[in-house]
Amino acid sequence: MNISKKKCVGCANCVPVCPMGAIVIGPDLLAEVNREACVECHTCYRGMSFEHLPGGPVRWARRLLKKIRLRFQPDPDLCPTEALEPEKLAWPRIVRSAFSDPMVTHESTGIHGRGTAEVKTNDVTNRVGTGEAGFVVEFGRPGVGVFFRDVDKATRALAGQGVAFEKENPVTSLMSDAGAGGIREDILDEKVLSCIVEFKTRLEEVPGVLSAIKAVAKTLDTVVSLGVSTRCDSDGNDPLRAVLAKEGYDAWRAKVNLGLGRQSNAKSRGTERQA
Amino acid sequence: MTNTLHRFGKPDTLRDDYIVFAMAAKGINDDGAAAKVQTFFRTALKYDPINMGNAVINPLYRPEKNLTFLKLYFSGRHEKVAPETFIAEVAALGTAAVVFGNRGAMGGFLKELQDLDLGLSVNVSALVDDVREVCGEIHLTPHSVEYSLPFAGDLERLPERDILSLTTMCGHGMIAANFARKMVDGVREGRFGHDQACQYMAKFCVCGVFNTTRAMRILEAAGSGT
Repeated sequence: MNISKKKCVGCANCVPVCPMGAIVIGPDLLAEVNREACVECHTCYRGMSFEHLPGGPVRWARRLLKKIRLRFQPDPDLCPTEALEPEKLAWPRIVRSAFSDPMVTHESTGIHGRGTAEVKTNDVTNRVGTGEAGFVVEFGRPGVGVFFRDVDKATRALAGQGVAFEKENPVTSLMSDAGAGGIREDILDEKVLSCIVEFKTRLEEVPGVLSAIKAVAKTLDTVVSLGVSTRCDSDGNDPLRAVLAKEGYDAWRAKVNLGLGRQSNAKSRGTERQA
Repeated sequence: MTNTLHRFGKPDTLRDDYIVFAMAAKGINDDGAAAKVQTFFRTALKYDPINMGNAVINPLYRPEKNLTFLKLYFSGRHEKVAPETFIAEVAALGTAAVVFGNRGAMGGFLKELQDLDLGLSVNVSALVDDVREVCGEIHLTPHSVEYSLPFAGDLERLPERDILSLTTMCGHGMIAANFARKMVDGVREGRFGHDQACQYMAKFCVCGVFNTTRAMRILEAAGSGT
């Protein structure tokens, strides 16, 4: 993201809007972006409203008003001069946008967002089956961000536990060695708002994997959000909650797939899977 | 895409917060999904939803990109579009999401979805026992469940409780902690009202899963120091 020095009037409205705190008012009293901290999420550009005032006259008016102890202050969500300008990104920086901007479609998965559909479409894909646990480990969330060098540290530790990473997940597609959990070297210094690592295990392996995640999370310069899923039995009950309770996790908030999905595409009808 | 799973708060503060999703899997049930999702949204309107979106187009609350001095002066801000305007713009499924503020509305909507048999995968993100109770009442059997576990890692980097409760209502992290803090302070200082602050924040959540009613409660509690 770039902020036009020609248009910016230094009102600082964009400063708190940045989820990474990457926008600051510089020595010239105009806003500027710290490129190391910016994750190219485009939140400032997409979320702020724009008024199309000319930069020069507004800067002059601001200085004049300041002299008589008055203040020009637009609504807090408003950039008065449309000074925010997205950049055309090249590799490897484009990785930042792919993981941080939810309106960008990942080329690897074909869907919006930082992971896959997880269990949200499990009723038609049967991705996580009976007796299995699907792990969704999100690094950098909430609101902290993460460098891929930290993700690499975690995925290598998880690979050491013998987990097999979900093939359709965007992070897996950026691994140079999925067996060892190694992320490709040219993106290790790229920062994203968050990214999701997915894999599944047998239910009996859940305690060991949870301990491994907890241990590696302590070594990271970020935060981790963790979701664990499973398939329910024919009565709608699941064995996972008891497993989590035994490990000291009081799991009371969840996403529940109601089983209303149906394979309806003409070409898929003949090849229905047992879901 | 765990964008609603990890909403921060104690169970009693999350009791009236239900997000219902519709999704299709590529190559399995995505044919004609755009029309189905329009039906999904139109059906939701009967139950007075708080917010809706699909992460492909701007949700109900959206920024105004063409403001002028005259527009601002004579017409003011228009931060929420009519639901029908939003629904008419839906051209692709994305992750269609509707937010409800009470259990009855969520249950009624699910019952009607069951009868409509759209064939889309439907999920509810909420307190799991509430969802199971509603499923029992309308004779739905949950297929799969994904539990949210507590945050791990360097927790000192997280903001304070009220701010985290607000920011995690946009799971993609589009609502900055500093902006939420500015909203809390702005309300306390009387610069703008609770509802205005909620609308400012809601516009940054592109999936339309920000619960403005819950945000009002959080802002009120933060304002009173409780």
